[in-house]
Amino acid sequence: MIDNRRKNSDPAAVQVLLTILVLLFYFSFIFLPLALVFSQAFQKGWEIYLEAVRDPFTIEAVKLTLLTAAIVVPLNAVFGVTAAWAITKFNFRGKSTLKTLLDLPFAVSPVIAGLIFVLLAGSRTPLGSWLGEQGIKIIFSTPGIVIATLFVTFPFVARELIPLMESQGCEEEEAAITLGARGWHVFWKITLPNIRWGLLYGMILCTARSIGEFGAVSVVSGHIRGQTNTIPLQVEILYSEYNFTASFAVASLLVFLSLIIVLIKGLIEKKFRKNSIQLQ
Amino acid sequence: MKFHTIKKITFITSLLISTGLQSADALAATAPATLLNVSYDPTRELYQSENAAFTQYWHKQTGQSVVINQSHGGSGKQARAVIDGLEADVVTLALAYDIDAIADSGLLSQDWQKKLAFNSTPYTSTIVFVVRKGNPKQIRNWDDLAKQGVSVITPNPKTSGGARWNYLAAWGYKQKQTGSTEQAKNFIKSLYRNVPVLDTGARGSTLTFTQRGLGDVLIAWENEAHLILKEFGADKYEIVLPPVSILAEPPVAVVDKNVAKHGTRKLADAYLNFLYTPEAQEIIAKNYYRPRSAAALKKYAANFPNIKLFTINEVFGNWRSAQKTHFNDGGVFDQIYVP
Repeated sequence: MIDNRRKNSDPAAVQVLLTILVLLFYFSFIFLPLALVFSQAFQKGWEIYLEAVRDPFTIEAVKLTLLTAAIVVPLNAVFGVTAAWAITKFNFRGKSTLKTLLDLPFAVSPVIAGLIFVLLAGSRTPLGSWLGEQGIKIIFSTPGIVIATLFVTFPFVARELIPLMESQGCEEEEAAITLGARGWHVFWKITLPNIRWGLLYGMILCTARSIGEFGAVSVVSGHIRGQTNTIPLQVEILYSEYNFTASFAVASLLVFLSLIIVLIKGLIEKKFRKNSIQLQ
Repeated sequence: MKFHTIKKITFITSLLISTGLQSADALAATAPATLLNVSYDPTRELYQSENAAFTQYWHKQTGQSVVINQSHGGSGKQARAVIDGLEADVVTLALAYDIDAIADSGLLSQDWQKKLAFNSTPYTSTIVFVVRKGNPKQIRNWDDLAKQGVSVITPNPKTSGGARWNYLAAWGYKQKQTGSTEQAKNFIKSLYRNVPVLDTGARGSTLTFTQRGLGDVLIAWENEAHLILKEFGADKYEIVLPPVSILAEPPVAVVDKNVAKHGTRKLADAYLNFLYTPEAQEIIAKNYYRPRSAAALKKYAANFPNIKLFTINEVFGNWRSAQKTHFNDGGVFDQIYVP
C-alpha cells in the first residue's frame, strides 16, 4: 500500500500543519469526549461504578437493547441481501425507485421515523385500535422499539452490499447457470460466499446503530423504567435524575459495546481486504 | 466451511431470541401485580418514595406484592403518550388540562376531577425563582424577570406543565397588579424575550440552568427549587420567593379504560387514595410539595413560607379556557413568542 502512494511534494510546513490540525481535531472531538465519559463514570470509584451498572433498571435496559439488536440485525441482513441481490443482479422496472427508497431511512430524521409509527399504530388509529382489540401492543412496548430500530437501520446492509455486488458483476452467476445450476444453488454457492465479508461488515454497522439509536426509540418507548428503556434512554433518565455518575457509567457501557464492535469491524476489514486481494 | 460461520450466527441469534422470549414468559407467570404511573417531570423522587411506601402498605393490607412502574416526562408530552396508547393505570400530571385532554379521548370520564378529595389533587405547589448565589441580578419580583439584560430559564409551555404554571403565574401577577390584560400581555412578551432556550420539560430546564450554566434565573416548581439546593448545594444557588404566585394543583386520576383492561381497578384506586393518608402526606411534605393534610403542613411549616397565592380560576376562569386562550395553536403564547 505504501509503495503505490504518490511521493509527497507538499512543503514541510503544510504537512506539519495539516497533521497537527488532524490530530487536534481527533483529540478534541473524539478523544476528549470519550475520556470525559470514563472520567465521570469512575469519578466516585469502582464500587459506585459497579453499583450503577448492576442496577436492575440498567440491566433491563441492556437486555432490551441486546434483544432489539438480536432481532433487528438478522432481519435487516435478510432484507439487505434480498434488496441488493434484486438490484444488482436483475433488471426490472422501478429499480432506481427501489434504490432511492432504500435510502429513505437515512434521509428521514429518526424522530420523524418514530412518529410515523405512533401515527400508524397508536391506539387512536384504525390499525392501532384493531391491534389493541387483538391484545397486541406495538407502540410503547418492545415491538414498537424493534420496528423503529428496524426502520432506522434498514439501509446499512443493502448500502454495503450494492456497490460490492455491482463491482463483482454477474459473470460468475451466469457461468453457474450455463453449467446447469438453479437459483438457490447459485445464491448459496456463488453469490453468498462472494459477499459474505461485506455482509458481515454491514451487519456490524447495523448492530452499532441499533444499539445506539435514541431519537426514534425515544418517541415509541413510553419511557417506562425497567420495561421500555434501552441503554441510550436509560442514560438520559439517569442524567435527568441527577445521577450523573450512574448516567456516565451506563454511557461507558455503550462506549465499551461500540469499541468491541469497532474492533470486530477492524478484524473483518482486514480479512475482507485479504480476501479481495486473493480474488484478484 | 464458508457457511459454518453464517449457520452459527443464525443459530446463536435464534437461541438468543428464544431465551429472551422464554424469560419473558417466565416473568409473566410469576410476576406480581403491576401498576403503571405516568407522571410529569419533577415527581421522580417523590414517587420513588411514595411507591416504596405504598408497596409495603399494600403488602401488609392484602398480602399481595405489587410493582409500580414509572414513566416521567413533560406533562403535555406524557398526556399525549397516554392518548396514543401508553397504557397508564394512573396518571399524575402537572395540571388538570392534560388529564382533561385524556378524558376527551374517552379513556376516562369527564368528571374525573370530582372523584377524589381536593379536586383530585393530593398535593399542591407553587412557582418560585432560583438564582445564582448572592443573587447578582437582584431578582426579587416578577417585574425583574422582564428587565433588559436578565436571562430567564423556563421550559416550553407547549409541552411542559410546569412551564404553563410559570407563564400563568407571571401573567396573573401582572393582571392582578394592573387590572389590564393588555399590560399583562406586554409584560409576558418582554419576559419571554429574555428566554434563550425552551426545554421540553421542567427537568430539562433545571439541567440547562445548573449543568449548562445558562441564565440568571430559573422559574421553577417550589419542590424542584428545593431539590436543586439539595442536589447541587445551597452554596451555589438561592431560592427567591416572589411576593405573589400561583397555587399550582397537579391532579391525579385513574385511567378507567386501562384499568378495566388490566383488571387493576382496585389497586389503582387504593394507590391514589393512599396519597391522602398521613404517611403519604408526610412523604409529600418531605419532598417539598405542599401537603393537603393540616398536620403534615404544620410539621413542615418551615419548608413552606407564606406566599400570597392566587388560583387559576380566579384569573383565568378554568384550565380549559386558559389553555385555549394562551397555549393552543395561534393562542397568546404563539403571538408573543419570537424565538
